[in-house]
Amino acid sequence: MTTRRTFIGFIALLPLPWQAVAADDDVAAAIREATGGREPVDGGITLTLPARAENGGQVPVTVAVESPQTEALFVTAIHLVATRNPTPGIASFALTPAVARAEVTTRIRLAEDQQVIAIAELSDGTLRRAVAAARVTVGGCIS
Amino acid sequence: MSGLATPRVRIPRTVRAGEAFEVRTLMEHPMETGLRQDGGRTVARNMLARLAITVEGKPVFEAAFRNGTAANPFHVVHLRLSRTADLVFTWTDEAGRTASTTHRVTVT
Repeated sequence: MTTRRTFIGFIALLPLPWQAVAADDDVAAAIREATGGREPVDGGITLTLPARAENGGQVPVTVAVESPQTEALFVTAIHLVATRNPTPGIASFALTPAVARAEVTTRIRLAEDQQVIAIAELSDGTLRRAVAAARVTVGGCIS
Repeated sequence: MSGLATPRVRIPRTVRAGEAFEVRTLMEHPMETGLRQDGGRTVARNMLARLAITVEGKPVFEAAFRNGTAANPFHVVHLRLSRTADLVFTWTDEAGRTASTTHRVTVT
């Protein structure tokens, strides 16, 4: 006999990649990979993305970190993580003092309304985090 | 499958020593994640893995792409130079194919 519970369990096991959303665990793992388990602080970093993106397949994003970009203190890495995409990873950037502004502009995919997390690591070992929410009219990972 | 597309880079020809200048890059690529369905079939994964920028052979900026990077990756960064140099932009896909373009920037 198929009880309601086993039926729901069966549905949960079906592969539904076009609806899949990364589990919170995956997002946490992606953040852990970016931070090495250390706790980032908020502030000193700006994450800019449109409040409403018409096309989730091409969402412009700019991350800017307050950093002098000298040999003594510069941003070594910037990581972007999506909270409700099928997979959380967006991109990671490695910077050097030759990057005059600790700022990267790119275009990302957002499958649905969600938060995007930016984590920056500085050469002194400190981590900074910024979170921004975006609403998406047409999801970007299925089309 | 044939090679990668020809990358496009917009960069000034001359800059002042130590001053920030803008670099815009665009690379045509579908960035298929292998998660997308088309007509009931899964479209095979075909992704760029990274973009590397070097100055006189020394890496200055690198981007590692994951599924959340949009098709036709577009990036803007600001660099600075102390002396005239050749900047090489290299995109590498997950199969190891590369596309590269070199730009000489003269410091005045």
